[in-house]
Amino acid sequence: MALVLTEEQVMLRESAAGLLADRAGVAQLRALRDAGDELGFSREVWQDIAAMGWPGIAIPEAYDGLGYGYTGLGLVLEQAGRHLSPSPLQSSVLVGTTAVHALGTEAQKQALLPSLAAGELLVSLALQEGVQHAPEQTAMAAVPAGDGYTLTGDKILVLDALAADRFVVIARTSGSAGDTEGLTAFLVPADAAGLTVERRSLVDSRGVGALHFDGVQVPADGVMGEPGRAWAGLGRTLDIANIGLAAELLGLATEAFERTVAYLQERKQFGKVIGSFQGLQHRAAELFAELELARSIVLQALQAIDADDPELPKLASAAKAKLCEVAQRATNEGIQMHGGIGMTDEYEIGFFIKRARVAQHCFGDYNYHLDRFARLSGF
Amino acid sequence: MSKLEQFRAETRAWLEDNCPPTMREPIRSFEDLYTGGRNPEIKHPDQQLWCERMAARGWTVPHWPREYGGGGLDKEECKVLREEMERINARRPLESFGISMLGPALLQFGNEEQKLEHLPPICRGEIRWCQGYSEPNAGSDLASLQTRAEDHGDHYIINGQKVWTSYADKADWIFCLVRTDNSGSKHEGISFVLFDMASPGVSTRPIRLISGSSPFCETFFDNVKAWKRNRVGEEGKGWAIAKYLLTHEREMISGFGAAPKKSLGEAALETLGADASGRLGNGILRHTIAQYQLDALAFAATMSRVGDEAKAGQGLGAASSIFKYYGTELNKRRNELNLAIGGEAALGWDGEVYHGGATSRDWLRSKGNSIEGGTSEVQLNIIAKRVLGLPD
Ligand SMILES: Cc1cc2nc3c(=O)[nH]c(=O)nc-3n(C[C@H](O)[C@H](O)[C@H](O)COP(=O)(O)OP(=O)(O)OC[C@H]3O[C@@H](n4cnc5c(N)ncnc54)[C@H](O)[C@@H]3O)c2cc1C
Repeated sequence: MALVLTEEQVMLRESAAGLLADRAGVAQLRALRDAGDELGFSREVWQDIAAMGWPGIAIPEAYDGLGYGYTGLGLVLEQAGRHLSPSPLQSSVLVGTTAVHALGTEAQKQALLPSLAAGELLVSLALQEGVQHAPEQTAMAAVPAGDGYTLTGDKILVLDALAADRFVVIARTSGSAGDTEGLTAFLVPADAAGLTVERRSLVDSRGVGALHFDGVQVPADGVMGEPGRAWAGLGRTLDIANIGLAAELLGLATEAFERTVAYLQERKQFGKVIGSFQGLQHRAAELFAELELARSIVLQALQAIDADDPELPKLASAAKAKLCEVAQRATNEGIQMHGGIGMTDEYEIGFFIKRARVAQHCFGDYNYHLDRFARLSGF
Repeated sequence: MSKLEQFRAETRAWLEDNCPPTMREPIRSFEDLYTGGRNPEIKHPDQQLWCERMAARGWTVPHWPREYGGGGLDKEECKVLREEMERINARRPLESFGISMLGPALLQFGNEEQKLEHLPPICRGEIRWCQGYSEPNAGSDLASLQTRAEDHGDHYIINGQKVWTSYADKADWIFCLVRTDNSGSKHEGISFVLFDMASPGVSTRPIRLISGSSPFCETFFDNVKAWKRNRVGEEGKGWAIAKYLLTHEREMISGFGAAPKKSLGEAALETLGADASGRLGNGILRHTIAQYQLDALAFAATMSRVGDEAKAGQGLGAASSIFKYYGTELNKRRNELNLAIGGEAALGWDGEVYHGGATSRDWLRSKGNSIEGGTSEVQLNIIAKRVLGLPD
């Protein structure tokens, strides 16, 4: 597949840029933050996004989606990164929907994917238990009860936990922490008895939460796929999630970089624009080269999802690790090159560094994915 | 017993008797430091008691002369005092810009009257100072500052604006760079003046940082009267004093480069666990932490070496710039590693589970270290030009 966008994809990107800049930019994120908004995003804006059909971009037409594939979704996520748009595009469209598709039974897909495609239903993945992403370490117990299971334990870093209608919960039906066998996915409604959802406040002001399962009953039709065999579907979900986050980080890093370059052209010290100092010029030029590489690896990884490339896991870790590296550098340089004003909350560059670190961390950070990339490369 | 051993024994006994137990608990954040002033921010009543007791002995600033409120201790005695305080984890009783910045400049350039008027209240923690250097158009190019001071006989009338003035809203006095003459080069015509922040015409507007707190301000001067007797050094010759003070500020900021008591490697093992061979499981993280710890070790060794060489009369050119650059970059690396190790818990912003976001807020604040007191780029320019002799 050529590493260029089709005309249709370019149009999608433009329309995403327009809507998100207008309705879900940094100013809106700041307003939601300052209001201490419970959800961390605006339902109204979400309806506008749904009206564009984006929640169904990657969902096959058979389930009422647009069938554009993940390359299209990646373009939208990139724009969401540029504008730091708070919405369930990551939690539900990228991760939740993919989890339903990768792990669900045919009946579950038929029941959920059409309303996910319409943006009417929000599904979020409940996976992480410790402070770091370590999916095989999942320990939460699912104990057989009647024809279903009982869930007990805790999950953290559940994206848009307060807005989600259902959770895809990864729990252990056999084996012990560290085993990839024995993991099972469950569909749990947000209002299930024994489930408490607690809002948590992270540095990026987005909606996340912690889930506490106190003997939550999941009937047989809530079990996703064959018990104990969730690893493959979970792996695919996580690979796609990480590529999507890499696309978001690409937009975020590019925007932080462009704002910084604009500032270099405007701020004067010593009688010249600071962009005339070679010490800054070279760093900006290096970052530009890095961003070009970042753009390519993200596009290649997105296309690998749509092409069912067997190298997907390796490309996912490559894309995520590279974008963690580049986004960290772009946001750090963003503050440094702005000087004092970059440290102020009034100025917007700080919002980029905050979102960057959370997106970097979700589903595995630089260290995790660089290490995984090495292992998947066979050394 | 040698004189120094006797000093150690006495110091140890005195500290045991006088340092309140609460002042031996580790500092959790910047905010726990006692900074004194007319309206001190008191987190614990013992802070004031501890400061008073230490000040009575001159030990809030042990190396300053006794006649100015210091302890009159020599380098060896200062070291003993520091070691004995560390032994019982005693907090430093007082931290202030008066101690770390203005004091050294006054000792070097102030007249007797100025030293006697201003140094003792600094030692006692009675007057808190802020630094009026940066302006909206004079940051890295500090010498282009425009705040004007007009000559009115025995006083100046000051008009203009400063920015990023740390704690201007809480400080009692300001040491301020003003322009008394516009006719020469930009480095000429700058004067170094001191005045009371309660003077009519001074106003401040706090600015919120990305870390959420509001330590710095915009500071406005509208016909503010400042007595000439509070000008340090000659009129128009303030630049040399300003630069001298900056070397002290930079040394103070370099202190952030010190490694934490519990090493990052240890902290990572505690949080993330070891693999079968007792190592940190993730080789990439292990490598990055090891690099940091090695550099922190070499940095500490360099600080000691340069200190010893200075005693022997050999100076490392632009030492404060090297330390400022390296120390602040190290501190930023340490804070990024805190995020990498702490993961989700370190990204918390609010709420008890996250200790109010202490880790992420410190991480964000650390980004300012390579900007305040002269940016990293400015330090590198100084090294390249003044030490290496590279052309402009
Ligand atoms: C937390 C904090 C506390 C502070 N507290 C105080 C205070 O108490 N009192 C006070 O007076 N000031 C204070 N400052 C201000 C600080 O000293 C200035 O922010 C700093 O000197 C940089 O100036 P600026 O912000 O105008 O940035 P600029 O000078 O505009 O710099 C912008 C960018 O350009 C780069 N740059 C500029 N010139 C060159 C060059 N020649 N070559 C290469 N790169 C260059 C800078 O390094 C920076 O990356 C504080 C700042 C911070 C962040």
